[in-house]
Amino acid sequence: MKIKAYRRENGRYGIRNHLLIMPTSVCAATTAERIAEQVPGAVSIPNQHGCCQISSDLALTQKTIVGFGRNANVGAVLVVGLGCDGIQADAAAAEVAETGKPVAHIVIQDCGGTLKAIARGVELAAPMARKLSMQTREECDISELIMGLECGGSDPTSGLASNPTIGYASTRLVDYGGSSILSETTEVIGAEHLLAARFADPEQREKFLGLVRAVEDRAISLGEDLRSGQPTPGNKAGGLSTIEEKSLGCMYKAGASPFSGALNYAEEVPGDAHGLYFMDTPGQDIDSITGMIAGGAQLIIFSTGRGTPTGSPIAPVIKITGNPETFEKMPDNIDINAGRIISAGAAVEQLGEELFEMMLDVCNGALTKAESLGHREFGIYKLTGTF
Amino acid sequence: MNPILRINGKDNVVTCLRPLSSGERVEVDGMTITANRDIPVFHKMAIQDIDTGGVCYKYGEVIGIAIEHIRPGDHVHTHNIESTRGRGDKHR
Repeated sequence: MKIKAYRRENGRYGIRNHLLIMPTSVCAATTAERIAEQVPGAVSIPNQHGCCQISSDLALTQKTIVGFGRNANVGAVLVVGLGCDGIQADAAAAEVAETGKPVAHIVIQDCGGTLKAIARGVELAAPMARKLSMQTREECDISELIMGLECGGSDPTSGLASNPTIGYASTRLVDYGGSSILSETTEVIGAEHLLAARFADPEQREKFLGLVRAVEDRAISLGEDLRSGQPTPGNKAGGLSTIEEKSLGCMYKAGASPFSGALNYAEEVPGDAHGLYFMDTPGQDIDSITGMIAGGAQLIIFSTGRGTPTGSPIAPVIKITGNPETFEKMPDNIDINAGRIISAGAAVEQLGEELFEMMLDVCNGALTKAESLGHREFGIYKLTGTF
Repeated sequence: MNPILRINGKDNVVTCLRPLSSGERVEVDGMTITANRDIPVFHKMAIQDIDTGGVCYKYGEVIGIAIEHIRPGDHVHTHNIESTRGRGDKHR
């Protein structure tokens, strides 16, 4: 199975060709945004972190933004640092440059302030954008695709219709040699025994179970009742009662493939070992999607029972609902109506094929609804407070 | 179309695929269950007695514990079942 995508210097393929203006910290975010506004074809990310974080969180922020820069959907990168921030622009640029793609960096304090930094940034970014505009799509195998699986605003239809549909498409992609990532550790609690049995490697299985245990232990050590946040009020109004019920529905996204491994947040999917992976992310959709894209996902398939507008700055997000009413209520946002499984008795396989066809179209350049509306949500997982 | 869905033979709660009205009778696996109150679409209804502390099954798996006696036809939701996991409040 072939798609048409942009070949990168390291042999990977991107299904989009973004020029990323990448702020290393919240202090550089506005300057980066202004540069992106002045260079057609450029996109920025609203980084809210990267300063006064302690080591584990600082490393996580760096890994996430660098992962965005390294993602195959990005053709070139301009790194924008303030200067005194925790993540140094030259170090972040060097990590992105390992991929071979064009990378430049500026430091606002060295440029002499906001206006001069914007001018310098535009000067560097504009020729990068012109060069990217000349690049054309080349044929490549679908096995180059890494897909992130997400569900948000779940209701019981997610487990009955949209998630099994995603599972069907995910299994097909993995059968073709591609990769899929299941995420949201909180939403594995209560279903982990079923997923763990599908890990072939005992070490990876232990890592996976350890990630789930760590999240549950964190809630317990804080003296918190996980029920105060999970399921969410919307999940409950839709009919989900407990985290176990939500998790058991969520896991259908993973289809029927065996698991190749477990990844930490924003950890890169191994280039030489395609297959189904689990990534440790929170249940919060934006942080979760961001982690998977930092890990290399070029495409996100997102199921929603209640309806949500979420997109991403550098990866297309295909939205699918299992709730026929939600499809009627939010036509701006939802790409596929898997509610026909419930309202019209359609088969999961039929919707799964339809979704797979749309995935191919989106890989070849068709815009998803979230992309056409300019949705660019971005958020980095935090482990501790800011100091 | 059957208005209720029992996903697994082990399940003692079923999912309502349309709203059920109080007193409405539905068939499931040879049983006739009468809804004891209005139940919203996609919410759950019990099809068996579940004692306080008893286990609720959906997908053939545990989704929670009954915190009061649940009768066949009862609406099963956050008011009468609770999660068994992630309960730091129980460790205080």
